[in-house]
Amino acid sequence: MSDVAIDLIIIGAGPAGMSAALEARAHGLSVAVLDEQASPGGQIYRQVLQADARSRAVLGADYSAGAKLAADFSQCGARYLPNAAIWQVTPQREVHYLVEGRARILQGRHLLIATGAFERPMPMPGWALPGVMTAGAGQILLKSAAMVPAGPVVLAGCGPLLYLLAVQYLRAGVAVEALVDTSQGRDLLKAWRTIPGAMRGWRDLLKGAGLLVELKRAGIRHFRGAGNLRIEGNDRANALSFVSGGQHHRVSAELILLHQGVVPHTQISRSLRLEHDWSESQLCWVPRRNGVGETSAAGIYIAGDGGAIGGAQVAQLEGRLVAATIAGQRNRTRLIQKALGRARAARPLIDALYRPPAQSCVPADDVMVCRCEEVSAGDIRRYVDLGCLGPNQTKAFGRCGMGPCQGRQCGLSVTQIIAAHRHVPPAEVGYYRIRPPLKPITLAQLAGESHSLEELS
Amino acid sequence: MSADSLFRSLAAAQQNVSIEFEGQPLSVPDKVSLAAALLASGLRHTRESAISGRPAAPYCMMGVCFECLVQVDGQANVQSCLVPVRAGMRVRRQCGAAALVPVGEVSDE
Ligand SMILES: Cc1cc2nc3c(=O)[nH]c(=O)nc-3n(C[C@H](O)[C@@H](O)[C@H](O)COP(=O)(O)OP(=O)(O)OC[C@H]3O[C@@H](n4cnc5c(N)ncnc54)[C@H](O)[C@@H]3O)c2cc1C
Ligand code: FES
Repeated sequence: MSDVAIDLIIIGAGPAGMSAALEARAHGLSVAVLDEQASPGGQIYRQVLQADARSRAVLGADYSAGAKLAADFSQCGARYLPNAAIWQVTPQREVHYLVEGRARILQGRHLLIATGAFERPMPMPGWALPGVMTAGAGQILLKSAAMVPAGPVVLAGCGPLLYLLAVQYLRAGVAVEALVDTSQGRDLLKAWRTIPGAMRGWRDLLKGAGLLVELKRAGIRHFRGAGNLRIEGNDRANALSFVSGGQHHRVSAELILLHQGVVPHTQISRSLRLEHDWSESQLCWVPRRNGVGETSAAGIYIAGDGGAIGGAQVAQLEGRLVAATIAGQRNRTRLIQKALGRARAARPLIDALYRPPAQSCVPADDVMVCRCEEVSAGDIRRYVDLGCLGPNQTKAFGRCGMGPCQGRQCGLSVTQIIAAHRHVPPAEVGYYRIRPPLKPITLAQLAGESHSLEELS
Repeated sequence: MSADSLFRSLAAAQQNVSIEFEGQPLSVPDKVSLAAALLASGLRHTRESAISGRPAAPYCMMGVCFECLVQVDGQANVQSCLVPVRAGMRVRRQCGAAALVPVGEVSDE
């Protein structure tokens, strides 16, 4: 099989995946890159090659800077397979995917998982109502469809992405009704200024007027240290109520965007049964990796936010490091590792600054946690009282995590709720066992599966 | 974009395509994901849950939450935030059970 295998298969065409492809091609390796999006860029640079002048002005210089990376990637000679839904990856580095309804298989000598991050769940009363979305979803609609809120919108939670979106909306002429900030009243701007160059990506946006200053000047209502968040409405959202400064508030809006940071997307690494550790500083699971990004399975690497949250610059360096390592370029790897050390320096500060409050990770009994099977935090606590020790057992008790999202949306909350209720560390509670198919696939598609090398060569 | 929509377009000129939603013709923006197109046309919910029948709508727009599942041309379990909209698509709300395990073709003929 190895004579028809690709040197390096990369899953994910974000900063990490694109950079790995560029580095690998520079050393003459054959590369295939699969991504479920329609064009390269990942989350930060989503659809950067299609963005017009207006979009670029709204999204900012940081975003536009990704155009060069995406253009270089498109030219580098890697096979790029967009709109690819990956439904199975094997320890033998076989990648099974669907493109336009047809099932295909690729075989790699090495595999890089560069699937990035997704937003940490933020369960609260009413969060499943239509009209409630994530801030990331709001930004995706802006980047990929030039869509902005038509009426009053409330942004709630914490983390740089929330403030960035508020500023981007401002530049687009959108009236943000309120920014409901759950971070605990720290002087964010001051803290940002102490961060060394490593986080330039975010920091550039804060230079000049500064994100928060820009928001303040625009007169956006900014509630700090908010707690007890609750979305009101019957079959759609109509308001967010919360407590801030010792007072109860209620802000009317039919569109409410939630965010409390991002966490590694570990669905593929979990399905491969790779080792994962609980990160107490980032409050999430991180796949175990050695100094060059190789996982507990030989030949399978992870780079970027899918390994641990580090931001776009770290993602690019990690991608390059994996490719240089595979290509056996010792001098290159040493150089990249040095740069990585510098780029990662500010991370502990950022993690501390934007640590989500416990209350919004471990919600009250009446809050729905598993949206697919509609299991509440109280249900999960009851399972624990009946002897349930970890997420996998909640499946037997109440189908928690067995819906179509396979625990992507609830998994982290379930781990944290069980750990808190049992008074043990999350590492002892564990996570769901993830099994393929990772994406919906029909029997007919499965029956027609074929190797895609003939088409690629 | 529809007056009911929670969103409006920044684009100066918007190209539309025509699809079918719940058996009715619907004009939606072109060159966006199906979920974005449905949101733009003012649809507030695109699914009814299997458990309580609660109305649900796209939540993450990036393939994580599976709240955006719809039926497209008779096939269930399509993540509308990940498929580009296409003229002539026949789309229905997904009501009731959804499963990731091979489900076979769901026919609405
Ligand atoms: C919604 C969102 C918006 C963000 N916006 C910003 C921003 O504006 N500015 C900023 O500095 N940071 C932003 N971030 C943080 C982000 O994580 C960046 O730091 C950066 O994009 C990380 O790069 P990456 O290459 O590791 O992953 P990503 O850029 O996330 O790229 C991962 C790629 O993998 C693909 N993928 C994931 N899973 C699969 C799968 N199973 N099959 C196929 N393809 C898959 C995705 O489509 C994506 O293109 C955002 C994060 C999120 C979740
Ligand atoms: S909106 Fe979350 S998966 Fe499509």
